[in-house]
Amino acid sequence: MSSLQEHLPILQILVPLFGAILTAFTRSGTTAWAIAAVSSAISPFISAALLIKVTTTGQPISYVMGPWAAPWGIEYRVDLLNGFILLLVSLIGLVSIPYARKSVAQEIDSHKQSWFYTMYLLCLTGLLGICITGDAFNAFVFLEVSSLSTYTLIALGRQRRALVSAYQYLVMGTIGATFYIIGVGLIYIVTGTLNFVDLAARIGPAMPELSRPIIAALAFMTVGISLKLALFPLHVWLPNAYAFAPSFATAFLAGTATKVAIYLLLRIFYTFFSNAIPFYSLPISEFLLVLSLAAMFVASFTAIFEENAKRMLAYSSVAQIGYITLGIALANKIGLAGSLVHMFNHAIMKTALFFALGAMVYRTGVARMSSLSGIGRKMPITTAAFVVAGLGLIGVPGTAGFISKWYLAMGAIEHGWIWLVFLIVLSSLLAVVYVGRFIEIAYFREPSSDIADSHEPPLSMLAPLIALAAATIYLGFDTRLTGGVARQIADFLLSGVVLGGTQ
Amino acid sequence: MMSSLLPFSIFFIGAGLALFTKGILRAAIMLAIPIVGAINLYMTPADAASNVTLLGYQLDLLRVDKLSLLFGYLFHLAAFLGIIFSLHVEDRVQHVAGLVYAGSALGAVFAGDFITLFIFWELLAVSSVFLILARRTERSYGAAMRYLLIQVGSGVIMLAGIGLYAMATGSTTIKQIGLQNWDQGFAGMASWLLLLAIGIKACFPLLHNWLTDAYPEATPTGTVFLSAFTTKVAIYTLARTFAGTELLVYIGAGMAMFPIFFAVIENDLRRVLAYSLINQVGFMVVGIGIGTSLAVNGAVSHAFNDVIFKGLLFMSMGAVLYRTGKINGSELGGLYKSMPWTTGFCMVGAASISAFPLFSGFVSKSMVMVAALEEHHSAVWLALLFASAGVFHHAGIKIPYFAFFAHDSGLRPKEAPINMLVAMGLAAAICIFNGSYPWLLYSMLPYPVDYQPYTAAHVLTQSQLLFFSALAFVWLQLRGLYPPELPGINIDAEWFYRRALPAIGHWGRNAAAAVYNEWLGLRGAVVRGANAGLYRLHGPDGVFGRTWPTGRMAFWTTVMLGAYVLTSYF
Repeated sequence: MSSLQEHLPILQILVPLFGAILTAFTRSGTTAWAIAAVSSAISPFISAALLIKVTTTGQPISYVMGPWAAPWGIEYRVDLLNGFILLLVSLIGLVSIPYARKSVAQEIDSHKQSWFYTMYLLCLTGLLGICITGDAFNAFVFLEVSSLSTYTLIALGRQRRALVSAYQYLVMGTIGATFYIIGVGLIYIVTGTLNFVDLAARIGPAMPELSRPIIAALAFMTVGISLKLALFPLHVWLPNAYAFAPSFATAFLAGTATKVAIYLLLRIFYTFFSNAIPFYSLPISEFLLVLSLAAMFVASFTAIFEENAKRMLAYSSVAQIGYITLGIALANKIGLAGSLVHMFNHAIMKTALFFALGAMVYRTGVARMSSLSGIGRKMPITTAAFVVAGLGLIGVPGTAGFISKWYLAMGAIEHGWIWLVFLIVLSSLLAVVYVGRFIEIAYFREPSSDIADSHEPPLSMLAPLIALAAATIYLGFDTRLTGGVARQIADFLLSGVVLGGTQ
Repeated sequence: MMSSLLPFSIFFIGAGLALFTKGILRAAIMLAIPIVGAINLYMTPADAASNVTLLGYQLDLLRVDKLSLLFGYLFHLAAFLGIIFSLHVEDRVQHVAGLVYAGSALGAVFAGDFITLFIFWELLAVSSVFLILARRTERSYGAAMRYLLIQVGSGVIMLAGIGLYAMATGSTTIKQIGLQNWDQGFAGMASWLLLLAIGIKACFPLLHNWLTDAYPEATPTGTVFLSAFTTKVAIYTLARTFAGTELLVYIGAGMAMFPIFFAVIENDLRRVLAYSLINQVGFMVVGIGIGTSLAVNGAVSHAFNDVIFKGLLFMSMGAVLYRTGKINGSELGGLYKSMPWTTGFCMVGAASISAFPLFSGFVSKSMVMVAALEEHHSAVWLALLFASAGVFHHAGIKIPYFAFFAHDSGLRPKEAPINMLVAMGLAAAICIFNGSYPWLLYSMLPYPVDYQPYTAAHVLTQSQLLFFSALAFVWLQLRGLYPPELPGINIDAEWFYRRALPAIGHWGRNAAAAVYNEWLGLRGAVVRGANAGLYRLHGPDGVFGRTWPTGRMAFWTTVMLGAYVLTSYF
């Protein structure tokens, strides 16, 4: 058993990767789903084991490939930060997989289903890989693995517009990845290393002589990753990609892909660049602050006017990402913790919302707001779960969203920015409007003809949805996992200790 | 630890049960909730406490003292009456929302710290909006959204205030904070923010529009719930935190006066009541602002009586709306013929709000006014006197007259359903009981009472105020037994009132109407303009809402990179 434990970091990647290879050789959708289910079910246990080990020992876990020692070979390194994100991603994978069976069976042609699951597993592999690796170039490889599989997932959507959306995302995603690799190239020239820990040690001494390439590298990496995480105004690929992808893919990606990109941004800022350039000395915090605020307001207003419910939720995602980057821009302990908490909470809530909407689409075939009127009477449980998660999005006390906004508001106060507290609150009011609009349509209007003979979705879709809605409430009261861990992470990120521990 | 249940939890559990039951069973459960709750409250020991930890703060969920107990019993009573009144309704949304709403009010009243208060403050907003939405009309949807925005806004302002307060004092316990100067840093800012947040919920002048906008758009039964809780929670909180703040005396006097003009020109009778609700809350705010034990006792006891008699008036109008589908004064009239019981109960409510001796308003409103005199606020006393006369006109005469008497509209609706009559009857009985035997209510007040409501002087003061009007009104009531002569009598009374308040009545009313219409027009233009602008930018065809071509996305990415690199170098 002990040897198996030692190899947990690589197993985290290998389990979904082998799953992907197996599904590629199967013909039947059901078999492919079963393989995906087994892989997705194992992943969270590995992540949980890793996170528990990191929290109990207080030391990061380092895992080296083959005979090449750390700075030369590729190292996998798990500390509190990526342990937390790994757990989040694999948990979303776990709750998604029961939902996938019926939804995918309806939306994807049967001969493409096994390919769909292959792409899903590759995407999971890529996302987990970005999190776990301790190597800048390896992160790029996983970034491409997850991105390419994401393009395919989106392109498999039923409408022809899915192809255009996937293509646009492909172009933009490639630009983002290219910027990232240009940045990696620049720092490799300067320091001669790609290992995060090694980079952190070398980049500080290199700074006085070679400040220009280092600053340029940071700029390229920041903008490249901002594209992947859909920071305003680089978010324009996201609404269509989410709207036209298969329902399951949207829900899974909304909970994971942008969060992993945010993780990568945090990793770059706080683990190695902070040794060379203190965060607060850069214009980046002002940049992030302004763009986050713009996202919170512009995207929320757009969500209010949006007629397609999927696009409405997609714009709301852009706005919520604004809260997360806002916490990063605050750059104090409590703001950063708020950002991490909101990453987790938003993943839970937005996945729940897309699940609920996906279930409605599954039964009715429509996603337009006007066609969904009166859906609360036909699908009461689904709609109730939507409302619970929607209340979380607003930040109503007793839901997870309140905890995030509380941290962010306290972070702003600690910074002495009272006006920012007002803006946070004001933008929450916009969420009241778009969520309230859906509630009004769902409950207080006569059922439209489009949904006349719809009823609750099958249990396999309902159960994950209810679980996530319950989690939205639960995380509003028990903040040990989110708030507690997030504060520890914020502590070590700001303390400047490289990767959460000594070498 | 806990030998009894938390007051709000009973209502929340009940709401959960009501969600999954229907018919008789649900009715039984709903009726049982406030009864069980009141017994539970009675059994709660004086030193009961319940603490949980959230976000590193101790939350004090149960603070029991005389003030919280009084409001606790009041809210149980109001919930009980409201539930009886709405028993005939087969609408799950309304029942569940009403229970959660009442429970949240209880949670707020027993909160010992600001964070708990904030949580229930927001729950009040979110749960009550369903009572407005449940009317299911286009107008009610608009009103509900405006209502929700303002209510949640009040909560977030409160949250900002709490945050600052916690930073300044290191504590979140609810205690008297009073107003402090802006220049005292966080503590000063916190006190103003908290006052603003409470002021929105308490309907301070210019912050009041949500109430007159939304309450008349709620369902017939929903308004009864709404009138009981939100503003009274605000008054309770104000009494806890800002007692003795002089500014409140003047705010309260303004609140008591300005709604009168609007109430007089308003046709929607439930909106008239909404204005008179603000007017009555004004008396309470004055009492809290004066801050002596007599004044606070007066404010608190008036809150108690107001919940009952204002609830009664809203119930009677709700019954009219339920039976006729109409609520405009101009479309109603003559309903006493077929709804005699409702008429009678409405008149009891009208007498109570007008503070007739032997009715509940008299024993509490006069405490505030006497306290104002004792503290030498003569101008405020005169303002309140004027407000009392105004109340008598718009709530005491206008409401029953236009609904039940006036010119015969020809409507012959059935008498209100039995459950509505029972609820109104109970409320009317409480009004008369509290008015004739106030000692039970007085014994529950936060400070010991040595106040005698029925001294010759008090009765005379009130009688001087109401002398001619009371004469006319009693005459109307007596002669009301003879329908053919009724219209003439009322015109006399109306005419008398306009003569009695000549300048202010006419000029003030017209000026107020003109200003108000200007304001509505201006607000409408601004809102429409802003909305159109937002839609142009953010609508599906706006620059932020439509799909960009790939080239433009790439262009903006490059711009971002360029801007970022440039600012990094310089």
